[in-house]
Amino acid sequence: MIKRHPEPLLWMLFSAGGVISGMLMPILVLLFGIAFPLAWLTPPSHEQMLAVLGNPLTRLALLALCVLSLFHWAHRFRHTLYDGLQIKHLNEVIALVSYGIAVVGSVAAAYLMWQVP
Amino acid sequence: MARSHVYTDYHPRWLRRNLSTYWWLEKRAYLAFILREGSCMFVAWFVAYLLLLVRAVTIGPGSYAQFLEWSAAPWVLAVNIVAFVFIVYHAVTFFVAAPQAMVVHIRRKRVPSYLVLAGHYVAWAIASVFVSWLLLGA
Repeated sequence: MIKRHPEPLLWMLFSAGGVISGMLMPILVLLFGIAFPLAWLTPPSHEQMLAVLGNPLTRLALLALCVLSLFHWAHRFRHTLYDGLQIKHLNEVIALVSYGIAVVGSVAAAYLMWQVP
Repeated sequence: MARSHVYTDYHPRWLRRNLSTYWWLEKRAYLAFILREGSCMFVAWFVAYLLLLVRAVTIGPGSYAQFLEWSAAPWVLAVNIVAFVFIVYHAVTFFVAAPQAMVVHIRRKRVPSYLVLAGHYVAWAIASVFVSWLLLGA
């Protein structure tokens, strides 16, 4: 029997998360994080937000964005601690905590998307 | 005949330089590397921020208004401005690395790397315009 290693899958999730967050996050941070709070632009009304989020495709895209970005974070965080700060003896613990947070965050994201009316 | 090889239990030590924990402060390129890796913290922050926004919209208009008010608090705004810089840095460095990671073939000919890069930038622009249209237009 072939022993399957999770590493290729984790790299794929890292990569996919890097691409989707790179594509969608800059504009979302610019709008919701800077332009609306500084009143450069008028934020969408509540009805408009409900209409946008009411579309299952929007929620699916947002869920993909959240889940893949979380695994992207987990992978990069883990490797930065390993290579950057050289915390090598805690490798297993750090991996467990990082991917654990990604899994919990993904479940939370799925729940929140499900809850949108 | 003499034996030409005698194997012993001797294990040579690995040739390894002792690295300081702060090795990434030594050169600009190293610092750029660690900042690029650090961008993932802001990616994670924005996932949390986005989920709080979705939650607020789900709860109702009052909660959404409260979220918008909270987003204008000085510390939240400051974090988001820093996050924007890091996330753009992340996007650019990720797309620049893409041609090395993605080898695309069309009709058995390799697509040149500048086209793979351009494709990423075009997709980025289309995605940004589409999101803006969804939220601001109509």
